Amino acid sequence: MARSVAIVGVGQTDHKSHRPDVNGREMIYEAVKKALDDCELSIKQIDAVVIGNMDHFESINYVDTWSVEGSGAFMKPIMKITTGGTTGASVAIAAYYHVASGLFDKVLAIGWEKNSESDTTGAIITCSDPIWDRFSYSGAIPSLATEASAYMKQYGATQADAARVAVRDRNHALNNPHAHLRTPITVEDVMASPMLAYPIKLLDVCPRSDGAVAAIFAGDGVAQKITSKPAWVEACSVRHTYTWFGDVDYNEGLVSLQRASREAYEIVGIKSPADELDVAELYLPYSYAGLKWIEDLGFCVPGEGPKFIHDGHTDMGGKIPVNPSGGVISTNCIGATALLRVAEAAIQVMGKAGQRQVPDVRRALATGFGGCFWSDVLILGAKRP
Amino acid sequence: MEAAMDNIAIVGVAQTKYERRKRDKTYYDLVYEMTRAVLDDSGLTLEDIDNVVTVSNDFLDGRTISSMAVGEAAGAHDKNISTVEGDGAFGAFYGAMRVLGGFKTTLVVAHSKGSEGDLKHVTNGMFDPVYQRLLGLEAISSSAIQANVYMDRYGISEEAFALVSVKNHGNAMNNPYAQMPMSLSVEDVMKSRRIADPIKLLDCSPVSDGAAAVIIANEKYARKAKTKPVWIRGIAHCAEEYFIGDRDLAVPKSLRNASKRAYTMAGITDPFNSFDVVELYDAFSYMEPLWLEGLGFCDPGQGPKLLENGITLMSGKLPVNPSGGLLSGHALLVAGLARIVESTLQLRGEAGARQVEGAKTALAHGINGPCGQSHCVWVLSAEE
Repeated sequence: MARSVAIVGVGQTDHKSHRPDVNGREMIYEAVKKALDDCELSIKQIDAVVIGNMDHFESINYVDTWSVEGSGAFMKPIMKITTGGTTGASVAIAAYYHVASGLFDKVLAIGWEKNSESDTTGAIITCSDPIWDRFSYSGAIPSLATEASAYMKQYGATQADAARVAVRDRNHALNNPHAHLRTPITVEDVMASPMLAYPIKLLDVCPRSDGAVAAIFAGDGVAQKITSKPAWVEACSVRHTYTWFGDVDYNEGLVSLQRASREAYEIVGIKSPADELDVAELYLPYSYAGLKWIEDLGFCVPGEGPKFIHDGHTDMGGKIPVNPSGGVISTNCIGATALLRVAEAAIQVMGKAGQRQVPDVRRALATGFGGCFWSDVLILGAKRP
Repeated sequence: MEAAMDNIAIVGVAQTKYERRKRDKTYYDLVYEMTRAVLDDSGLTLEDIDNVVTVSNDFLDGRTISSMAVGEAAGAHDKNISTVEGDGAFGAFYGAMRVLGGFKTTLVVAHSKGSEGDLKHVTNGMFDPVYQRLLGLEAISSSAIQANVYMDRYGISEEAFALVSVKNHGNAMNNPYAQMPMSLSVEDVMKSRRIADPIKLLDCSPVSDGAAAVIIANEKYARKAKTKPVWIRGIAHCAEEYFIGDRDLAVPKSLRNASKRAYTMAGITDPFNSFDVVELYDAFSYMEPLWLEGLGFCDPGQGPKLLENGITLMSGKLPVNPSGGLLSGHALLVAGLARIVESTLQLRGEAGARQVEGAKTALAHGINGPCGQSHCVWVLSAEE
């Protein structure tokens, strides 16, 4: 690793289903201003900007150059990173490399989405290959429904097991003033909600939100002057393994997450993640992921996900609290969502998580998910690597 | 702020021939071919590549998550990967940062099939949906506005721009990859169909299908590759205002900013006497003199004189666009990366009939956004 890098400030909008009071650039500005205020910097002190969203949603081409007055990139370098649902994590990783390279000291990472201005499903359909995949898998849900069905068949997990994950994340959101959905739900509510694609029901899955998040990355020597508790990036690892949905083997588990997390754990020296991590902000776009992907992360062995959840290990106060922010099931402004996981993990390490703070966080995990079963993994820590 | 950079180099390059329509290849095919070709060029194997940056644009490809279509073709299976959506010069910039930040090598690959879809709609999408799109603003009409401001500011004639088209199409006759090598006269350009005044058909780059790739390596892997390394001495980019009405379109200030920073990194104080060859982003003929001013090669308004005085001809002191530039072949997104590819070939002495003799220092350039709102400048050197 070249130069150590930390997150020193974070800002996010209050996420809602509709923000008719702001246009995209104004919404981005809100998050940027909050991040700058969080670490008492002015935009003049930022050396470069990285921004991401999924452009087919808002139908704006060249979002980086469009954003300039809102992102603060006027007369600065700005580039656009876009990798589907994992965009926010890719943006964080790009900001990391901007600083780690030694070329920039303070870099602003921005993730945003104004889903109210989009035909989300109409746009996401176009991610599938038009000849091989589009007629089987259109939109975000079908492939996940297949994954969930295969998992239930393989291990005997039930819809009620998955519902417990949604209930957890929605309950956690009650502690997060920025979250989009802030009403509690019960397992009965989830089971009674309309079926979208078996076995996924409405309350098993994330909403569409308007929102933005900004995080400021700074290099060793600079970070320590900005904040007394920087959240150091200890590892970042990405596997965007598949191009075609038809190549996915649903009996193998989430291969990209297995590989990305193994690589990240190896860099940091983690052998038993559920014991050695203090908190995890996981990109779980739907409830079944919360059963299954914690196995792929090595929190428990395959098939044991439901038990791990039922035993309360992922609740606040448990062994490895998952999604104190409420996660994706409570807020999904897509281009922001993976960066929100990184930002929320950083907030935990920095001790600035208020009502959703997990005590004594030394190490936090953040993941991104999207595309064709892709995964991004970041580990943030209180100690400089 | 910017410390001395570690030694990193371009060790592999590849590009397709630029064509109006590559009917028999999907962009997946193009990316695969370029990945294979750049590996072969470098003498490195897929195992030597530890991360990949793809460059694509969702509007151009008609697919959201456009990177998804090409990840495997780019050799990224089970590797770290990311995607820059913008010109390939910016993608390569990120690739360079990833090597400086700890990776051994980055493979950067960009693709574009302008033949699939309507570039007018794609570039119309750059403009504000409420205030500007309905005006029909897109790449050509907005560039015409810039050309008019530039001409009006300094009293430049259309003929001065026509000279650029003559030069670059003529240079393309030496470039086997170029789409439009042509022997033209100024009169040919002046008589060509008017598209958006003052831009005529022969003042415009064509819309091409194509792809290109580079491999950037740290010092150790630069030694491992079989090519003569081309060292990255200075890299910078900068963006100015978004609304073209807020900008002074005759003064490329973001290019001035980016080039100054790239020159400082490279230890260059006198650009005019420091470069042997320039490959810049001439999407339209007027852009060449305008960007030369922004790059600091002459005073404001004096850009056209550089060609009139023969300086930027192949036979001149500072040949510009020996490849024929974008005017001779323009695959959107690929074009800036292709300037890096061409500069690398020049510095290796592998540019064949378009070689600038003894070239040691080259400048490559890419742009993003309307009317060159954002510029990326690369200073490359044959010497360590």
